[in-house]
Amino acid sequence: MRRRPWESVVLYGTLFLISLFFVLPVLAMISMSLKGGTTDLTDTGLIPRDPSLDNYRTLFENASSAPVVNWLINSTLTSVIGTALTVVVASLSAYAFARMDFPGRRLIFAGMIATLTLPGVLFLIPQIILINDLGLYNTIPAFFLPGLAGVFGVFFMRQFFLSVPVELEEAAFVDGANSVQTFLRVVMPLAGPALATLSVITFLAFWNDYLWPLVICQGSGCTLQPGLQSFQDQYVTDYGFLMAGGLIAAIPVLIVFVLAQRWIVQGVVSSGIKG
Amino acid sequence: MSAPTTAVLAEPKRIRAVAAAPRRKHGVRRRIGSRWYTPYLFILPHFIVFAAFIGWPFLLGFWISLHDWNFFNDVQPWVGLDNFAAVLDPDDFYGGLFYRSLRNTVVFVVMSTPPLVLIGLGLASLLNGKYRGRTAFRAIFLSPWTLSVAVVGLVWWARFHGTIGPIGLLIGSVGLEPRPWLTANPWAWISITTATVWWTVGFNTIILLAGMQSISPQLYEAAAIDGAGRWQQFVRITVPLLRPVLLLVITLQIIAGFNLFGQPQLMTGGGPPTAQTTPVQLYVFQLINGTNPRLGIAAAVLILTSFVVGIISVVSFRLLRTERA
Repeated sequence: MRRRPWESVVLYGTLFLISLFFVLPVLAMISMSLKGGTTDLTDTGLIPRDPSLDNYRTLFENASSAPVVNWLINSTLTSVIGTALTVVVASLSAYAFARMDFPGRRLIFAGMIATLTLPGVLFLIPQIILINDLGLYNTIPAFFLPGLAGVFGVFFMRQFFLSVPVELEEAAFVDGANSVQTFLRVVMPLAGPALATLSVITFLAFWNDYLWPLVICQGSGCTLQPGLQSFQDQYVTDYGFLMAGGLIAAIPVLIVFVLAQRWIVQGVVSSGIKG
Repeated sequence: MSAPTTAVLAEPKRIRAVAAAPRRKHGVRRRIGSRWYTPYLFILPHFIVFAAFIGWPFLLGFWISLHDWNFFNDVQPWVGLDNFAAVLDPDDFYGGLFYRSLRNTVVFVVMSTPPLVLIGLGLASLLNGKYRGRTAFRAIFLSPWTLSVAVVGLVWWARFHGTIGPIGLLIGSVGLEPRPWLTANPWAWISITTATVWWTVGFNTIILLAGMQSISPQLYEAAAIDGAGRWQQFVRITVPLLRPVLLLVITLQIIAGFNLFGQPQLMTGGGPPTAQTTPVQLYVFQLINGTNPRLGIAAAVLILTSFVVGIISVVSFRLLRTERA
């Protein structure tokens, strides 16, 4: 159906107004973070009267009261290591469930999938106790181990492997490849898009995780998200400073979002499938 | 992009196809499994972590709920079902708090699900067309979803905080009374719901949009020839054919609503003054984090709540399945 000119105006006008609702809070956050020192309460405009990076400077200099650098390192290590391990172990396991026949396959897979339907917090308290018993309190592995144990990655990669034409693998076997070679040389090279989608949504999940790190870390041993919360308690009135902290946590994911939007949309659609 | 529902529908067929594979003469399955332990080696790395951090905790959770469990004790006293009895008794201290937090959670679910689904539906229909810039707008609507709840809480706490927050100023400038956005109900719930819509409505939009795009354009063309306007097409074609996807989104939304934690924790601190916006998860957090952690009680609360959520999801997925059949 062809659109008449006034319809286009209405459409774009509506879209633009809605976009403001989504974009303005982040712009306001950036703006507040650039307003000097303790925010001048009369400077309420979106464009700061006297923009400065003072808040960011304080953020990185007050290492004793605000260990932002430690949090940033912990968040980065958790997300990078956690994502890499998740993608590897999920692919291996998913390939066996998709393509191999072995006693217990159905039972194990059904049991794992059943846990997908349970709310994650159900495991919260035993996981805290487990982490404490293993002496992992305040460590990087503690942040990613429960996520690594999750079943979504296995489910997601299995769906992908099932969609690969089985003839390719048969051809590899005829050529004398063993299962590991087939997996690494034939199947995995085709898995690029699936791996990208899984990596990006896993990275976001690790980076943004809030409740879990909050209950198993303290002080400079934390990641950025629980760190931000302790900030909010400490510097209630210092909006500019708080917003600078928030942006440190937000910028990496916004960059990932801009670069990998396509995979994120794919990931959202497949987490719909998961449900 | 295929609709989520079609993928789910295709699933049982695929499982059957794979299960049938070994019977084939040169089935890949048999060849890959030539050494009996190979498949187990493939699943082992994930399975160890799964067993340790999900399987074992699942069982341990029930065990803990039967004890008066505390980090600081060497011995955890066995209390049988006392924790459950306490939590289920409205006159008990812990039970009273549990019912209040459960009521708060339900209030949030009831209040936030309609806007999150309806706005998602509206945005998806706006995006479901052929025009320039469509993917850019889709990206803008989804962008807040990539932020953590800590950032979202911070952003909206600053929006609503006091009368100096921009929303306070805006309301003041049009001559309306300033509202206690974070310190009295219903304003506190409105603030929390607004923040949640901003944060997650893009997720629903994307799933609904995928569903809409799987509806055949010919149906719309036929309807247009018969003289149906856009609104009629939406009501008569889009909504009925989207029903399974809509039910899926509603179900996911209700489950997500029960997971409410960060928004009230960061924006209202669980207040107005006496925990009127404390949902179950925040209550559990307080039980864990207090000076006298009551892990047994917390475990019982989580088991009971998971049971409630479990019933809701089973019922909705039954509904979904009959819808599809």
